[in-house]
Amino acid sequence: MAKTTSNSSNSVSVVRSEMAPDMPPPIRTDGIVAWLRSNLFNSVSNSILTILSVLMIYYALSALIGYVVADAIWQGTTGTDCRVEGSGMCWPYIFNKLDFFIYGFYPDTEYWRPNIAFAIGAVLLFLLATPRIPGKMIWGFLFLIVYPVVTFFLINGGGFTGLVEVPTEKWGGLMLTLVVAVTGIVASFPLGILLALGRRSKMPMMRSVCVVFIELWRGVPLITVLFMASVMLPLFLPEGTNFDKLVRALVGVTLFTAAYTAEVVRGGLQAVDKGQYEAADALGLNYAQATTLIILPQALKMVIPGIVNNSISLFKDTTLVSIVGLVDILGAVRAASASQGWTAPTIPITGYFFAAAVFWVFTFAMSRYSQYMERQLDTGHKS
Amino acid sequence: MAKNAKAQSQDKSPNNGAAKMEVSKTEVAVEITNMAKWYGEFNVLKDINFKVMKGERIVIAGPSGSGKSTLIRCINRLEEHQQGHIVVNGIELTNDLKKIDEVRREVGMVFQHFNLFPHLTILQNLTLAPIWVRKTPKAEAEEVAMHYLERVKIPEQALKYPGQLSGGQQQRVAIARSLCMNPEIMLFDEPTSALDPEMIKEVLDVMVSLAEEGMTMLCVTHEMGFARKVANRVMFMDEGQIIEQNEPEEFFSNPKHERTKLFLSQILH
Repeated sequence: MAKTTSNSSNSVSVVRSEMAPDMPPPIRTDGIVAWLRSNLFNSVSNSILTILSVLMIYYALSALIGYVVADAIWQGTTGTDCRVEGSGMCWPYIFNKLDFFIYGFYPDTEYWRPNIAFAIGAVLLFLLATPRIPGKMIWGFLFLIVYPVVTFFLINGGGFTGLVEVPTEKWGGLMLTLVVAVTGIVASFPLGILLALGRRSKMPMMRSVCVVFIELWRGVPLITVLFMASVMLPLFLPEGTNFDKLVRALVGVTLFTAAYTAEVVRGGLQAVDKGQYEAADALGLNYAQATTLIILPQALKMVIPGIVNNSISLFKDTTLVSIVGLVDILGAVRAASASQGWTAPTIPITGYFFAAAVFWVFTFAMSRYSQYMERQLDTGHKS
Repeated sequence: MAKNAKAQSQDKSPNNGAAKMEVSKTEVAVEITNMAKWYGEFNVLKDINFKVMKGERIVIAGPSGSGKSTLIRCINRLEEHQQGHIVVNGIELTNDLKKIDEVRREVGMVFQHFNLFPHLTILQNLTLAPIWVRKTPKAEAEEVAMHYLERVKIPEQALKYPGQLSGGQQQRVAIARSLCMNPEIMLFDEPTSALDPEMIKEVLDVMVSLAEEGMTMLCVTHEMGFARKVANRVMFMDEGQIIEQNEPEEFFSNPKHERTKLFLSQILH
């Protein structure tokens, strides 16, 4: 095949006289049948597994669709309408209680306030999270510094705002879940980075403080942290000091998550090549410059999966705030399932199903976004 | 971004490049006296004494583990020495962080594994230190960067990432990155050891042209051809000490110490 010449038939000498041109890859001639045969039915065991998988998927899907759509009750005004033998989800209940699931005990005349707050948040998050949109510093500042303050005064009202005051005890539902989760995720991130850097610091005091902090918070269950924050903390504080219950929960959740984030980030810091530190030093960059410009960008990129894992975990753990009497979405679902006029066997399951679906939508979105970011930040190769 | 940056005022290269390889008789670049260093119990450097004048080109050779990399890494304090004195450009290296930063600003370093910043483009790699350490305005830093990229003959790669370049190209970028800081002294730590054979020359060419412009250089390298061509002194190390040093001609043709003879016979087949 190769265009070569040899001076005699049994010589080892081979000299290429013409370079072989690049050729297009062979065209795939296999259709769907050939693909199925080579990927799903290429051996007896694979065929059996394929058939079993298809059966499993079929049963799971048909059960799910049956429960959520086909056998579900769509019309009705009370729980009695859902008292049908063998029926699925009770949608009228969801429709009826949707406001409660989303806002908790927040007064319904003021729903526009959290709505605006979340709309602003969504817009800012979109601007911040889309790589192609410039001005990340501005959006970051607005989202991380300005937005939390605005949101608090908008949702809480009172004082100079001229809005009806809605104390945090009345916040609830999905709104509360998002407040706790977003605050926890956002606030714990910089704290976690500082703790990770502190733990790797050459200064012994700094290092000890960070190690103790991390090990302490990581070593106790979140439920304990929340319980301590709401029940024990007031006992230690001087009489009359009254921390808001929500604030206490937020602080607890943030510190708890920060300890986890710190360990994830530390893993990333350790994975950055030693040569990167040396190159930064050799160029005369000081510690802060080397850390923020060279080390952290590489370390954080490597730990995106770990950080998202933490965030997803935290998002679901926010349900634990119900232990201190805050009514998050799960708490709202639980509270509503006992409400008058909505007593039917399918009601509690319907509620939990709805809550699970909401959680899944949010966490799945986080997961997809993190995968997208990993691809965006991939500059091809390691150092 | 200026694609056609002309020679910079920053560039110290005189016009009569090749003709000038003068060594200053009075200005000392690096002076090391009675220096010693330990890794735990292990005495990695002992009794190091030498002086490098401005414009000198020193090649440090020796078997692996002889301490030659450690020695030049002490000169910009990537490694700490525990005894003796190291004075770089008139600044003594102590625990004083300010002094260390001052020295590092004047001393460029090129590593065996390039150590480019993989998350930044080539241009960003070059402008980072001038912008943050020297506080050079961005536009000016980019102009200087393009000038040096042209010098190492890869201006067209400016917007790529290090991972997209070949080893030889990456090492040339690394040299350009150091030059952008306008250093007085350049340290090379086995700059061609991690390169494919075909790429060694392109890096050595850049180093030769630097030498011809009068840059003070300390190179740890096994490239004896390079040593012959540009070095005005070759230093041979073994077991953490300087065994022999001489002008390249004499060093290669008439080594004195037995260890040097053995080493040369091993590498100059």
